[in-house]
Amino acid sequence: MTRIAIALLAGALFGGGLAYSGLADPMRVQGFLDLLGDWDPTLMFVMGGALVPMAIAWRVQARAGKPWLEERFELPGTRHLDARLVIGAILFGAGWGIGGLCPGPAFANLALAPLPTLAFVIAMLVGMLLHRAITD
Amino acid sequence: MDAFANAMPLQGFIGGLFIGLASAIVLLGLGRIAGVSGLAARAFGIASAGPPKSIAIAFIVGLPLGALVTSLLFAGVEVHFPESWFPLIVGGLLVGFGSRLGSGCTSGHGVCGLSRLSPRSILSTLTFMLSGFITVGLLRSGGFL
Repeated sequence: MTRIAIALLAGALFGGGLAYSGLADPMRVQGFLDLLGDWDPTLMFVMGGALVPMAIAWRVQARAGKPWLEERFELPGTRHLDARLVIGAILFGAGWGIGGLCPGPAFANLALAPLPTLAFVIAMLVGMLLHRAITD
Repeated sequence: MDAFANAMPLQGFIGGLFIGLASAIVLLGLGRIAGVSGLAARAFGIASAGPPKSIAIAFIVGLPLGALVTSLLFAGVEVHFPESWFPLIVGGLLVGFGSRLGSGCTSGHGVCGLSRLSPRSILSTLTFMLSGFITVGLLRSGGFL
């Protein structure tokens, strides 16, 4: 129960940060990616702000034997660079530019602009299902 | 000169701190990467591996709740969508497929992995940002923006 409450709280803080920072606004995302137009550097500051607590958290994690609420850390250990990683990132970046949304803002925006966001979220889930269908 | 007339660096930085804080809570409290694409795939039953489904659902439900509270507390929080749903649907398909193929998105690779100095995440973040710049550049050149 505590873990579910902490996950809900973390999601809410994450969603609040997305909304406050401007990262949830598709027009601002496109403004950041629009080097040929009226470039908006805001997202650089969002990224900078997000990296500060996480850089500290990784140092704490390195010394912690286990997380507060679980028995062990479950972290990705893959290190090799492959074509899937690069092709996935190319497709993801293209979709991010076209729609102005990535997964976090997509869910956060369900509260701010429900209908257009729902169109994006459903398409995103279909994209995930397509990937599963191809890789299975 | 109105250089960067629309920029909001301080608000962006503060919002970013909250995104990072939330990711830190997931890492140190739950022992996981706060990657939204992975959590979403888990919450909707698309991925079989990952955190307990209840944890993933709670995090995903929290996202719009936090955004709603923030928009009620602060007057300037607003979002602007394209009039057509076409770019949203095309973008959504690519984001969903690409984030699963590439094992992560802006949060998992861009925030959690970059701060961990993970080589995979550094490559992913550089690639999706470059792809985003090129895509929007093409849209701009083609007169779509």
